[in-house]
Amino acid sequence: MKPFEYVRADDATQAVAMVAERPNARFLGGGTNLVDHMKLGLVEPELLVDVTALPFNRVEPLPDGGVRIGAAVRNSDLAANPLVRQNYPVLAAALLSGASGQLRNLATTGGNLVQRTRCPYFQTLYTPCNKREPGSGCSAITGHNREHAILGASQACVATHPSDMAVALTALGATVRVLGPAGERVVPIGELNRLPGDEPHQDTTLNHGELITAVDLPALPLAKRSAYYKVRDRASYAFAQVSAAIAVDIHSGVVRDVRVALGGVAHKPWRAHRAEALLRGAPATEDVFRAAADAELAEAKPLSDNGFKVPMVRNTLVSVLRRLAREH
Amino acid sequence: MSIGIPVERMDGRAKVTGTAPYAYEHQVADPLYLHLIQSTIARGQVTAIDVAAAEALPGVAAVLTHHTAPRLAPDAPAEFRALQSGEIVHHGQVIAGVVAESPHIARHAAGLVRVTYDARPHDVRLRADHPDLYTPDMVAIGAPADSATGDTHAALASAPFRIDQTYTTSAMFHSPIEPHATTAIWADDLTVYEASQGVHDFTALLAQALGFPADRIRVIAPHVGGAFGSKGLARPHAVLAALASRMTGGRAVKVALTRRQMFALTNHRPATVQRVQLGADADGRLTALVHDAILSTARYEEYVEWVATSSRNMYATPNRRTTHRAVRLDVQMPAPMRAPGEAQGHFATESAMDELATAIGMDPIELRIRNEPSADADTGLPWSSRNLVECLRLGAQRFGWAGRGRRREGDWLIGTGVAAATLPTWFKLISVAYGPSHAAVEHVGNGRYLVSTGASDAGTGARTALSQIAADALSVPLSDVDLELGDNALPRAMLAAGSMGTMVWGSAIVAAAGEFRRLHGTDPRPGARAEGAMTGNPHTERVTIDSFHAVFAEAAVHAETGEIRVPRLLGVFDIGRVVNPRTARSQLIGGMTMGLSMALHESAAVDQHVGAVVNNDFAGYHIATHADVADIDAVWLDKPDPYANEMGIRPAGENGVIGVAAAVANAVNHATGVRIRDLPITPDKLVVSRFAR
Amino acid sequence: MTRTNPVLADIAIHVDGDKRQLSVDTRTTLLDALRDQLGVTSPKKGCDHGQCGACTVLLDGRRVVSCLALAVANDGAEIVTAQGLADGDDLHPVQQAFLDRDGLQCGYCTPGQVCSAVGMLREVQEGWPSHVTGDLAAPVELTDEEIRERMSGNLCRCGAYANIVAAIREAAE
Repeated sequence: MKPFEYVRADDATQAVAMVAERPNARFLGGGTNLVDHMKLGLVEPELLVDVTALPFNRVEPLPDGGVRIGAAVRNSDLAANPLVRQNYPVLAAALLSGASGQLRNLATTGGNLVQRTRCPYFQTLYTPCNKREPGSGCSAITGHNREHAILGASQACVATHPSDMAVALTALGATVRVLGPAGERVVPIGELNRLPGDEPHQDTTLNHGELITAVDLPALPLAKRSAYYKVRDRASYAFAQVSAAIAVDIHSGVVRDVRVALGGVAHKPWRAHRAEALLRGAPATEDVFRAAADAELAEAKPLSDNGFKVPMVRNTLVSVLRRLAREH
Repeated sequence: MSIGIPVERMDGRAKVTGTAPYAYEHQVADPLYLHLIQSTIARGQVTAIDVAAAEALPGVAAVLTHHTAPRLAPDAPAEFRALQSGEIVHHGQVIAGVVAESPHIARHAAGLVRVTYDARPHDVRLRADHPDLYTPDMVAIGAPADSATGDTHAALASAPFRIDQTYTTSAMFHSPIEPHATTAIWADDLTVYEASQGVHDFTALLAQALGFPADRIRVIAPHVGGAFGSKGLARPHAVLAALASRMTGGRAVKVALTRRQMFALTNHRPATVQRVQLGADADGRLTALVHDAILSTARYEEYVEWVATSSRNMYATPNRRTTHRAVRLDVQMPAPMRAPGEAQGHFATESAMDELATAIGMDPIELRIRNEPSADADTGLPWSSRNLVECLRLGAQRFGWAGRGRRREGDWLIGTGVAAATLPTWFKLISVAYGPSHAAVEHVGNGRYLVSTGASDAGTGARTALSQIAADALSVPLSDVDLELGDNALPRAMLAAGSMGTMVWGSAIVAAAGEFRRLHGTDPRPGARAEGAMTGNPHTERVTIDSFHAVFAEAAVHAETGEIRVPRLLGVFDIGRVVNPRTARSQLIGGMTMGLSMALHESAAVDQHVGAVVNNDFAGYHIATHADVADIDAVWLDKPDPYANEMGIRPAGENGVIGVAAAVANAVNHATGVRIRDLPITPDKLVVSRFAR
Repeated sequence: MTRTNPVLADIAIHVDGDKRQLSVDTRTTLLDALRDQLGVTSPKKGCDHGQCGACTVLLDGRRVVSCLALAVANDGAEIVTAQGLADGDDLHPVQQAFLDRDGLQCGYCTPGQVCSAVGMLREVQEGWPSHVTGDLAAPVELTDEEIRERMSGNLCRCGAYANIVAAIREAAE
């Protein structure tokens, strides 16, 4: 790790200006991903601007019935928040399935969204990786790729997004509020993270110096019936092989509305639009659930080690939908 | 009597407050910090190493490379000859080290060192059809590589029931939570605080490598944060810390490996491919047993683990063959890891026994009982005490084995499995490798005794158990005994190996106590002292002294996702007398937890292109967490072994590990009908198996 | 232009009840500041990347991994380690339960387990749910399954888990 300057920001506009004007400056939130990466030598910032003291640490109801989550809200506080537990159980469940109690007490909402892939080749300086070093190649395609993407990957990168929280936010259709040197803008969650394409080094659509200040959850009554299921190699404290965030409204045996997002399968949290389209208006039956899963997986392209993710996603989707249908 | 009482762990208070000092934590004045730089190729040569930028960084005291490091003894084992040439024999090998005023400066400087290589093609992957398979002269424990009795071909050909399957296990890592660490001060004499499971063996190796007299090296290791076999050797980091101290005028130098470095520099359990063939008649009697093991070793130094040796005496059969074949790969040498060889070997054979029971339609416990041998078929000697059948029967009763039916609870398919196992007692380690172990007893006055031995306690509870043995040997209350260990200024003792520590060191203490009473009587003067030694076991010529156990597992498999849970694990152990039921139970359930971790989680992801293990951290290389361990229990028969030693105790700890993987695999098979022959048993394997049908 | 000299910052932190002033390299984690600079070695370094929990301390009352928290970012913080949980010879009830149940072997993960358990019990008291809490809206009941899930951020290689869970259950009662 190279020496760096540290500043604790007490004003968001100044924080943004400080980072924006120096290409090698970074915002510091909970540090659980950034400090990790600095130790690994993946990033070598000259300046850290600590944004945890900015007034973005509240969870508050919005006039339209939604909820605003400050970017500095810790993962544990968000998961324990009564509004979230009551109205968006999928989000609380996703948060609680991630990391450990000690990490959730540090990690922030904003930081969780911009955490980077756990691909071992990305995290190792001596192996080629287009995400870490554009143009150097992808080691995972011909190497160990059991944890990697089956949807939306490219020849340049097959990494997955590691967040659980973001999968739930994607299902909920959250919007992300961003402060940049030019002012505020709002980014739909589905447009925050990117698919890798030819530029896998760009995880997100954020520009340098842009700071996430809040995440807004829309008023979404069906989210009260929502669930997150995560399949992983051990019972706790592990990243997802596959996960699903689902909210569904079933009336008289028919799916009135549904939101589905998948984790562990792509470079970004994967909104399952095809599955949703097939489910919406269809009878809530096992056959329909299976057809919806198959539709979403039609273009899955497994790698040498991760063909299992196709049946694992299918079965996970079907089993969570079945459970939610039963609870109606 | 103190033996048999569940005495509280004597270093417990220091450990629950965190005040027990480990190797890196001993307070020394004004230390420097060493950071190791590792090879990023698996085989070849360092052609250039540019340290100018690193040396120029303020706060850097020295940069060690193969050009600048002092010469080490050419006959020292390869593992310690750090920085003696530019040759690279495995990925992650130490190629340089930076010594600096702070750990941050050392690491920063390490990142500024530029290395150029001439890389040669490497091979790091074990394959059963590898063209370079060879037959080792011996396996590492000193047994022949092969054995054969009868005619296995004919017996298998005519057997009414036959199993012929291949089982695989990947490389695994010891992964103690305390990283290997050294604090070295080499002014006039050399003082080393080391994470070592054997201070005297470590001293001998360090002395040899450094070419410095052993009696001028002090090694101190009162507390060791887990070892499991990985802290038995003197390693490059310790050698380099000593050299760095010498090169910087005798300042203290601290080094702790990073977690990632541990996956390249602290050895591993070797990967195996094992073919097991069993033939049986309709009554379940084994007519043939063939166990062919293929395993990895290092090209630069041979270590061929004993994977099939227990198949030479575990069951009775007239026709038997066991073989070991090895492949030299461009990897760091494998080395013993908790229950070496037995852990992998029993996974194969005890899975195969379960498959045979299914084929015959016989209860797997009954199958094992039918093949109980009357004597050690390998040596022809009788058993000192073998109560495996009792372990199986008691376990069956406690576990509720009778009428075992698979069942479904919600999404979970539930089944049960059993495995039997043996752990040899490697008395020959004393005669051929580590020599006698010594202890001293001193009366310090007022009826208090100081007992000392250069033993180690890496969490086994040896400190507590040895105190109990000493109290009984001296016929005094436990409260009158103080015990010192983990220091090479104490009487020479062998390292902790083969689960023999408490047994061997205990015998030395018993001998010392006897000598003390012979010399000084029951009313000794203050300062009275005597020594004693454990030099071997005279009974090994007449009896085989092995331990045995049975493990019962309940497994639950998610019918949709393939997730696996193990709600219940029970081990029943035949390990002679138990000195301290509290710490012994911890050892056994601890071993079973490691066995569970081996069954469900542990696997090195070896990348053939890179030539390295790429899941080299705790997020990638999973070990069991709290949530993976549910109802787990260990009980024992409490039958003292009259031939093992004066106390009647046999090796304990490693027994816990051995049978678990097969018991879990057998339970998973019972629950789902799917047989997993490749560890670990992870959801991907089950989700595919179930839905490919 | 890359810096070569460390950037230093003066901070004050409260460690186990004592105010400690020190000058830290900005790269220093809370864990390294405690262990290397203040000689407080109760928190252990097992992985240095938030993957084992051995470095767990209570930071302003909450359990965190101190290996990923920068010291400079925690100026003014209140830190309690396992050493500070004991009051001289009087152990914290969780520590006493670890002893009674032999919830430790090598002892290296133990201070982190102890701090994590203390922090975890506070979280339960505050009604925080966990991954295994069936109804996220209902009050939390501290079952063994809940203890295991909540403690899963603390790895133990010796395999003391079963005894640690028993100890925490005992301490919670």
